[in-house]
Amino acid sequence: MSREYVLHKVRTALGRTAGQAVADPPPARLRVTEMDSETRVATLLQKVEALAGKTRRVAGPVEACAYVRSVLGARSAVASNAPFLRECGIAGLAGVQSGFMEAAPLRVLCATADVGITSADYALADTGTLVMLSSPREARMISLLPPVHIAVVPRDRVLTGLDELLTILPDPAAQTSSTVLITGPSRTADIEQILVRGVHGPGEIHVVVVG
Amino acid sequence: MSAAFDEKIHDTLADANLQLAIYAATGRLIDHRKQAVGGAALPDYQELRTQANALKKHTIDHLDHYLEQFEAHLAAHGGKVVYCKDAAEVADFVLGLAKERRAGLIVKSKSMTTEEIDLNERLAHHQLESVETDLGEYILQLAHQRPYHIVAPALHLTRYEVGDLFARTLGVANETVVEKQTLIARAVLRQKFLAADIGISGANFLVADSGAVVLVENEGNARLTTSAPRIHIAVAGIEKLIPRAQDLAVFLKLLGRSATGQALTVYTSFLSGPRRADEIDGPEEFYVVLLDNGRTKLLAHREHRQSLYCIRCGACLNHCPVYRKIGGHSFPWVYSGPIGAIITPQFLGVGHEPGLPFASSLCGACAEVCPVKIDIPKILLDLRAEVKKSEEREGKGRLERWAFRLWAWVMCHPRIYEMAAMAASGMAPGEDGRWLRRVPAIWNLAPVRAWLSRRDLPPAPARSFREMWRKR
Repeated sequence: MSREYVLHKVRTALGRTAGQAVADPPPARLRVTEMDSETRVATLLQKVEALAGKTRRVAGPVEACAYVRSVLGARSAVASNAPFLRECGIAGLAGVQSGFMEAAPLRVLCATADVGITSADYALADTGTLVMLSSPREARMISLLPPVHIAVVPRDRVLTGLDELLTILPDPAAQTSSTVLITGPSRTADIEQILVRGVHGPGEIHVVVVG
Repeated sequence: MSAAFDEKIHDTLADANLQLAIYAATGRLIDHRKQAVGGAALPDYQELRTQANALKKHTIDHLDHYLEQFEAHLAAHGGKVVYCKDAAEVADFVLGLAKERRAGLIVKSKSMTTEEIDLNERLAHHQLESVETDLGEYILQLAHQRPYHIVAPALHLTRYEVGDLFARTLGVANETVVEKQTLIARAVLRQKFLAADIGISGANFLVADSGAVVLVENEGNARLTTSAPRIHIAVAGIEKLIPRAQDLAVFLKLLGRSATGQALTVYTSFLSGPRRADEIDGPEEFYVVLLDNGRTKLLAHREHRQSLYCIRCGACLNHCPVYRKIGGHSFPWVYSGPIGAIITPQFLGVGHEPGLPFASSLCGACAEVCPVKIDIPKILLDLRAEVKKSEEREGKGRLERWAFRLWAWVMCHPRIYEMAAMAASGMAPGEDGRWLRRVPAIWNLAPVRAWLSRRDLPPAPARSFREMWRKR
């Protein structure tokens, strides 16, 4: 539509010409703090709890599966295609449906399921954050539509924070159309600033760190 | 000052409940921010502000370069940039696309830019339904109101008003428990998300080196808006660019903390292009509308272009003693508070509301809390000068100019000043603060009275400083 018009106005306003060279921007400012693995996991769990999320540290896949089963009870669930969930045996639990590669049936199921189960590509300790990259293993809807979200994360994916994430993933768009950081349960305070959880996304979130 | 501005201010000041609501809400946001940036919570807060300012300055000064870079990277990921010069072009684009794709329903996540161009109204005019999905914005859409605050759009409404509104517009029982009201909205909007063909979002940042739109939110409605419908359109001002994804390490740390005191908001989405071939879900089409709508005009001013650094955190509103009294709806445009007071005159011209740059005590709190260090008081002063210059051109404000010339002359002549001061204190009955009511008729002349109606003159002391000095 108005591409040339707008770009021309921008250049005129700045006194620049098309294709004129640009000096480098100020160097990126990334500060990755040193934190051993145990501290990272402990910090992550503490931060998630502070956001009213639920947490569990388990020794291995078997315990992870047992915990998820106990949270599920008789409720229905959708699990992502993350290989780690299969390794833990979570994708095969009773009441859990998994293996969806098509958007339409997955969405119908996510809209009615009680619980969505995913892994996470990374977790950020200092903010209590899950990092979800959209891929054949992780669909967008599973961590979004069901009222409860359980994320089962191997401990080696727990990073110190945002700066470390952006150091190892300088351009998330190179590998996925969607990178989402999830920090606690969905919330709103739009009416009289009263905090209510679970307005559009899951109001209940469980972070399970394995190992 | 226009009569409308004056009237809205006085209405707000006279509403005790509203005064309390504004004061409590902004006070809470002030506390939250303070806890999140102060001391050990964020030791390098000041360095982050300096870096954010330097990054924004660099990007805005070379904006054409970053716009083209963004466009190229987004195209590489299958997305498309649409440049629009004004509101009508954005509406035309959305309407044209909706018609071509036979789209009937639009869901929207919160965006000040779409408020700025009245997008919902423009689409509704062509029978295209566009539903706001942020809880606060949804309430305002039902009530046909504008946002009261950049971050807390419905802070002026009580749960009782929301209960009445839902009962009246949605046909549900009048519910005054906030949790239940939230569930009502969730249920209605969930159906809209699943039925919508197009999702329209704003953008908190546009990342040049990856062609990505970054959205921050707490509810999850922006995720649904950008992931459930088959078409996603992000509408953003051209100033939203930042050079690199890595710069988010600076901006995300500042935005959530300055706005609500959160280290990160619940959801931060980093979106580039439609769903990739191997991904399971996500939109099939992805557009980014880059809007001018007056921004290039502002860009031409070397000093004032820093107004475009704003990341819309709302901290300047919360900390502004004027905003905290007159509220958001007194402001003449969608942008309120100190940032509104500097961008409204620059977008719409100083004549749009000549009183606006004067609605400030110039205390500097806004500049102190601004995460990107915009020198708001300096720009307000410049805009005041512009208003006065334009009034002079139109031959307005002669009396005031003469009065100030006289004042300046008196101030330069100590003897005359002393006599004038004596006369003034002679008229003052004492320090009871009721001085103006008892003074002779000259102060009660219409123009003088109007000028004084918004200014407090302290009562004159019984003895002047000069007198005390002589008798020391």
